[in-house]
Amino acid sequence: MTLTDSKSAVNDDRPLLGLLSGFIEELRNAGLPVSLTENLDAMEAVTHIPIEDREAFKYALGATLVKNHSHWRAFEVVFEVYFSLRGPEYEIFDGDTSADAPVEDDAEMSGEAQASGGGGGMSALTPEQLAEMLFKALMQGDDAMLRALARQAVIRFAGMEPGRPVGGTYYLYRTLRNLDLDGLLDRLMEATRDDAPGDLSPLEERLERDEFNDRMDRLKQEIESEIRRRLVADRGVEAMAKTLRKPLPEDVDFMHASREEMVNLRKAIYPLTRKLAVRLARKRRHGRKGPLDFRNTMRHSLSYGGVPAEPKFRFPRPAKPEIMVVADISGSVAAFARFTLHLVYALSGQFSKVRSFVFIDGLDEVTRFFDGVEDIGEAVHRVNTEADVVWVDGHSDYGHAFGVFWEKYGKEVGPKTTVLVLGDARNNYHASQSWIIKELKHRARKVFWLNPEPRAYWDTGDSIVGEYGTWCEGVFEVRNLRQLEAFVENLV
Amino acid sequence: MSDEDVNFADLDGVRAALADADYLADDGIAGVVYLAERLGKPILVEGPAGTGKTQLAKSVAEITGSRLIRLQCYEGLDESKALYEWNYKKQLLRIQAEGSDAAWNDVEDDLFSEEFLLTRPLLEAIRAEDPVVLLIDEVDRVEVETEALLLEILSEYQVSIPELGTVEALQVPMVFLTSNGTRELSEALKRRCLYLYIDYPDLDRERKIVTAKVPEIDANLADQVARIVRSIRQLDLKKDPSVSETLDWARTLVLLGVKQIDAAVATETANVLLKYRTDIEKAVKEFADNPDELAGPAN
Repeated sequence: MTLTDSKSAVNDDRPLLGLLSGFIEELRNAGLPVSLTENLDAMEAVTHIPIEDREAFKYALGATLVKNHSHWRAFEVVFEVYFSLRGPEYEIFDGDTSADAPVEDDAEMSGEAQASGGGGGMSALTPEQLAEMLFKALMQGDDAMLRALARQAVIRFAGMEPGRPVGGTYYLYRTLRNLDLDGLLDRLMEATRDDAPGDLSPLEERLERDEFNDRMDRLKQEIESEIRRRLVADRGVEAMAKTLRKPLPEDVDFMHASREEMVNLRKAIYPLTRKLAVRLARKRRHGRKGPLDFRNTMRHSLSYGGVPAEPKFRFPRPAKPEIMVVADISGSVAAFARFTLHLVYALSGQFSKVRSFVFIDGLDEVTRFFDGVEDIGEAVHRVNTEADVVWVDGHSDYGHAFGVFWEKYGKEVGPKTTVLVLGDARNNYHASQSWIIKELKHRARKVFWLNPEPRAYWDTGDSIVGEYGTWCEGVFEVRNLRQLEAFVENLV
Repeated sequence: MSDEDVNFADLDGVRAALADADYLADDGIAGVVYLAERLGKPILVEGPAGTGKTQLAKSVAEITGSRLIRLQCYEGLDESKALYEWNYKKQLLRIQAEGSDAAWNDVEDDLFSEEFLLTRPLLEAIRAEDPVVLLIDEVDRVEVETEALLLEILSEYQVSIPELGTVEALQVPMVFLTSNGTRELSEALKRRCLYLYIDYPDLDRERKIVTAKVPEIDANLADQVARIVRSIRQLDLKKDPSVSETLDWARTLVLLGVKQIDAAVATETANVLLKYRTDIEKAVKEFADNPDELAGPAN
């Protein structure tokens, strides 16, 4: 029997097994580290779970395959793509054939629709009626209704056509634009205010608003998964799994991170700096002995008749690493800069001496903003508002910024200092002043440059990272956490 | 053992049993506990502090009628604290009592027998004859190297003692490892466990937890508590209020005889819920009618 034969035989006998293999393959493609043992565990786990119970099935796979919570989102998407079309309640139905809709939805829908004078299924409703129903559903927090409305909204507004090579985000955007959720929130709040017996206190108002926001998030999720379901139905599982793949937090590009991704990144930084600090400490603990102590060795040699049989070493001087971070916070690297500031904050919690500087075309020391601050948000805000970083026009001028650094703080760079420069080296064709980096290298222990741009863009246009790079110990492309982690391991 | 089988017959059974022990499990928690029992694998529970990770182990011990053996991890934990140690004082006494005429071989055999073995939590769990639940708490506190101590016991349920041989488990214990996620655990450890992430509960579950754990509270107040806590968690705080802090807050409110939470009450009791000055200030600023006036008493 050939290999293909046996494989297809397996697939025939146990379709689930074939499906699971494809699923795990896709997880690996998405970057999740799934080992062979975990694979086998998953196979065994699902035999203990009733297949009809989708939630249990999902958690069984999750518990055996996903061992890092930050990977859960990616897992959920793949799971949905692979198993979304299976199970009666997830069947696709189109607007014009709403008779096929699951019974419970249909009953509710027609009841509501008749009440509002539409008659028949949802597809007969005018947009105004639909908005009205959405309003009611959100007001009452009616989940079944929200799900039905999400479907209807996608059918109506997303304008999905088979075979159109457009991603899910585009459809989501189109649907949401038509629903005008912000306006709806205002209306909901107004209605709540009218219903309340007295005036709403700010606390109550706040709670109501959060409740509505929560419901709207659920609606958005429904819409998103409806779009995904339709895309999968149109293009097939494998193709969609590839397009819908969510990058893992460690692979998210700093420059293009969305707000949600940024929050996840922030959580991931802290363990990273801790790792850095632990490594440094361990190096100290297991470290080599200090240099040979010649005097001491000679003195002891006297007891061996002048033969230096027992070499004596000095005690190692404990390393007290000093870190100076010089970061570009101009518009072109804004997203990266925000991330950088969080990194600086996390670093300053782990090392005794971290000094931080930010620049655009001027340069200012911002260490004081991070000192003893409990709230990073506030520190970042102060850096952005109070730091004096604009010299002429607020466009990056690395040359001038380095000039200021050299003049004011150059003397404080010593042999224990590690200098980290963070920026894309897009200098707007100003003078580079790269001699300063050269001088810094002579004085400092190490000078590293971290560049958030893809390597392919280096030295194109006004980027002069190559010119600076010649004087650095290393220039690293740091576009995501994985690369940052690699750098950290390299550093120590 | 038969008791356990009844409880873990199916998923709903697990959930109901946990609920009887006042532990409100969601689908994920119940599912993983059920699987762990079926597959005979340890569970690695991660999540923010105070979401009931340790409590889960305790509740499972309670419903299965098992003894809970707990190993609290800390930096510097080693073999002699986690696995076993030779009782060398007793060994010395043994040698002295023997006098000088005994044959060395006899004494040696004797010295490394179980009589002189001090069992520590891990070995104790392995050798237990009654059903046990082993809880290895805050695994992320030990160094990466120390994690290796756990590997043998987690995958094979056995402990190798060079002088004695291998001690195998008489029955497979339920094992829970908890971690607050302050560092990434090693791949080897993760591979051997089922992974469960317990996040802050959603509104509905939190409300149920409050009602279950603080029975004196009335439904309206419980609802308000849960909603305010949810709103607070949406702020960008240094430390979000945990479930245990929510419960403390609910108890405080009951003791104070509060029927309806308004901004003034919330401000005065915010220090039960939040433990950092900056967090309290931020929350007060968000929720109070008149932040300037009320900022004082919160500190």
